[in-house]
Amino acid sequence: MTHTQEPIFGTTFFDGEMAMKGYGLNKMCYSFNKAENREAFLKDEEAYYEKYGLSEAQKEACRKRIALDLIAEGGNIYYLAKFTGILGLSVQDVGAQMTGKTVEEFKQMLLDAGK
Amino acid sequence: MAKIVGGICTSHIPAIGNAIAKEMFEDPYWKPFFDGYPPVRNWLDEVKPDVAVVVYNDHGLNFFLDKMPTFSIGAAPEYKNDDEGWGIPTIPPFPGDPKLSWHIINELVKDEFDICSCQEMLVDHGFTVPMSLLWPERGEDQIKTIPFCVNTVQHPIASPKRCLDIGKSLGKAIESYPEDLKVVILGTGGLSHQLDGERAGFINKEFDLECMEKIISDPYHYKDMSIHELVRLAGAQGAEFILWLIMRAAMGETVTKVHSNYHIPISNTGAGLLCIDNAA
Repeated sequence: MTHTQEPIFGTTFFDGEMAMKGYGLNKMCYSFNKAENREAFLKDEEAYYEKYGLSEAQKEACRKRIALDLIAEGGNIYYLAKFTGILGLSVQDVGAQMTGKTVEEFKQMLLDAGK
Repeated sequence: MAKIVGGICTSHIPAIGNAIAKEMFEDPYWKPFFDGYPPVRNWLDEVKPDVAVVVYNDHGLNFFLDKMPTFSIGAAPEYKNDDEGWGIPTIPPFPGDPKLSWHIINELVKDEFDICSCQEMLVDHGFTVPMSLLWPERGEDQIKTIPFCVNTVQHPIASPKRCLDIGKSLGKAIESYPEDLKVVILGTGGLSHQLDGERAGFINKEFDLECMEKIISDPYHYKDMSIHELVRLAGAQGAEFILWLIMRAAMGETVTKVHSNYHIPISNTGAGLLCIDNAA
């Protein structure tokens, strides 16, 4: 919508179009700032998805914990981090999942960037 | 009259907040990062600024996508931190200087920048991590703060040119304030990093080192760069470099470097620290 330039590999521009697509999903993640909401989610995930009106594709991406699918469905990484935080995943765990590496390989890649 | 004594750029990675809480200052992973800060704290002890204007981005604590202002400025007597959801400990509130805030807001709007003023504003790790790194001990006479929040969450994001322009106006606004105050400006975030997508883990050391150099000698080098190009070179979240540009443009043309440090990686990021003196 706002973004028409040459794509950059592995990079989704979170613009108006994505922000509309992911509004409910991101709103759910934003709610996880509060401890009682994190508890409510862990108690009944499905009810929580319903409450925020997630699409079937968004629900499926959440259930399977697939970060690339969450991003494709409009998730913004800053809000998604609140979701993956509940699951006990670090940004390296999520990075490894998205790049198809083991966590050790992903961490090594970061170290290698400093050489 | 108020005077801008200098500027400090520092990364604001959440993991730093946890490492501070756990006092991991001597840990081999963290030591090369934390060792960068004492010389900057020494400079702050000498200069003793009264107010810090903190240019940062919110990551989903104060703002959600329901309202996403491009530039927002705190105008409150204090700024609270709160739970961000993934476990960095909440720290005590920071005092504000609402009179100076309103002066800055008035002057920026007069200069045709449209500002969202905030009489209540929660500050997240983008603000608190740099404050904790630079002022680890806060007493009764702790520094006053003004949060200057810039959207880097949702595109369109303000261009480097726009950020240089607003930074210049910010500097002019502060130096037209009639009270004798010493002001330091913080530009937080960066340098290169990308958290999302198949390109997660992208770090560009060459670009970062050039930023560390050019921010002192030639910040207008980035004037015509698009956000798209910045994302290509610095990673999706490396676009936070625009916050460093705002800080720098508020300073005078010629500045001197007090101290710098650069370390890869802290979490997924090339972590930069730069302290500059604005004494002409």
